[in-house]
Amino acid sequence: MSANHPLVTMKGRKDGLVLVMDDSCAYHDLLHELKEKLTVNANLYKNGPVISVKVQAGNRYLSESQRDELKKMIHAFDYLKVDEIQSNVMTFEEFSKKKTQEKIVPIARIIRSGQTLSVEGDLLLIGDVNPGGIVSATGNIYIFGALRGIALAGSGSDGKHAVICASVMSPTQLKIGQVISRAESGPVEEMNENQKLECAYLDESVGKIVIDRMHSVLKKHDFSFALEKM
Amino acid sequence: MGEAIVVTSGKGGVGKTTTSANIGTVLALQGKKVCLVDTDIGLRNLDVVMGLENRIIYDLVDVAHGRCKLNQALVKDKRFECLSMLPAAQTTDKMAVNPSEMKKMVDELKADFDYIIIDCPAGIERGFRNAVAGADHAIVVTTPEISSVRDADRIIGLLEQEKQITPPRLIINRIRQHMLKKGEMLEIDEIMNILAIDLLGIVLDDDGVISSSNKGEPVVLNPSSKASQAYRNIGRRILGETVPLMAIEEKNGFLHRFKSLLGMR
Repeated sequence: MSANHPLVTMKGRKDGLVLVMDDSCAYHDLLHELKEKLTVNANLYKNGPVISVKVQAGNRYLSESQRDELKKMIHAFDYLKVDEIQSNVMTFEEFSKKKTQEKIVPIARIIRSGQTLSVEGDLLLIGDVNPGGIVSATGNIYIFGALRGIALAGSGSDGKHAVICASVMSPTQLKIGQVISRAESGPVEEMNENQKLECAYLDESVGKIVIDRMHSVLKKHDFSFALEKM
Repeated sequence: MGEAIVVTSGKGGVGKTTTSANIGTVLALQGKKVCLVDTDIGLRNLDVVMGLENRIIYDLVDVAHGRCKLNQALVKDKRFECLSMLPAAQTTDKMAVNPSEMKKMVDELKADFDYIIIDCPAGIERGFRNAVAGADHAIVVTTPEISSVRDADRIIGLLEQEKQITPPRLIINRIRQHMLKKGEMLEIDEIMNILAIDLLGIVLDDDGVISSSNKGEPVVLNPSSKASQAYRNIGRRILGETVPLMAIEEKNGFLHRFKSLLGMR
């Protein structure tokens, strides 16, 4: 069968190697051929720099353990590094998980002292979070109102990219990913008339949460990542 | 069919009992049939403030446990024919009554009275749940202090979960003019920003409240005091009238008085 057409096609590109895999053959045949091809070509790349590898699995579903197996096999060659494994197929569970994580949950109410609101995905809150109230989201938190309580954003994976926005930003505590910040001193002065929408984000260069005007955040931070999901 | 109004605050000592006594009295002054219910079992005060302590024979717990009829436990006010009180027991605690028993009692009272004013104990536990069980409306009392506003916020959150109760209304109690002027007290606007519910009234701090409480006479019976006027206004608002807020400043500009006349704030 491999005599007719190859199960694994290697393509060299500017940014690395692409492995296109046949999606109608048996998985173990694929592994077998992959190992063969990589071994045969090993000498070609041996002394060069590290090459990033993209695996394209086509319409084949790859389970988590199969992905690991592929990675392991490729990483056995020191000069190869798997950049990503693409597959056109995902299970229903994976899809619905992804969907809940990426959706925006709009809620219009006041979160009062002692109340907790937590959502999967991004939270769009129209209303205030009062002192003693807690809002949390696996993604970003957008508050059209005053944030006077606690906001926990990015409790999901990849949480450090999450942002917290509020029309009036005077939180008692903020948490993005695993980083916590709290208000410096007692209650913050109420907003003045011309206060702009403010936004908190994690400045990775200093590892701290920074609060800034929305437009300056847009310049500094990869804010498009957050907005893409919308 | 009467309406039951619970007076609550979360925090203790902000003036729930005083407010209950005065609202009850002012509604009775307007000729309504009113029953005050003290749900602070074990720490009853309402009877003392109303000056009715020595008339108590049976109490709320006796009614709940069937030791007497509801009518037997009601204490008639010495000043007003249309004002009665259902006292709390002093010898037991909050656990002696459960919310469904309370609801049954309040429902029974609603058949005979226009207004049932329920004085709620401090806290958010059993006593609070007893007090709100039979209520149709709620009044939240707060003072211009951060701790009291915080607790009021919590209570409002809990009241919003009680589906049978209409959105609570707020009374800001014990406003001290001189501290407000110096900016040492939370401003009314600031409190309203946080709590975001309708304002039923503001009551200025008044020494007369304490002295009249000690005499067992609700302060509304003394028409000249500031607090008395405030409670009278609150009473009229409960009856559905539109009454402008009392001015806090002693001296008012012409414009402000003009606005007040028109019912604008």
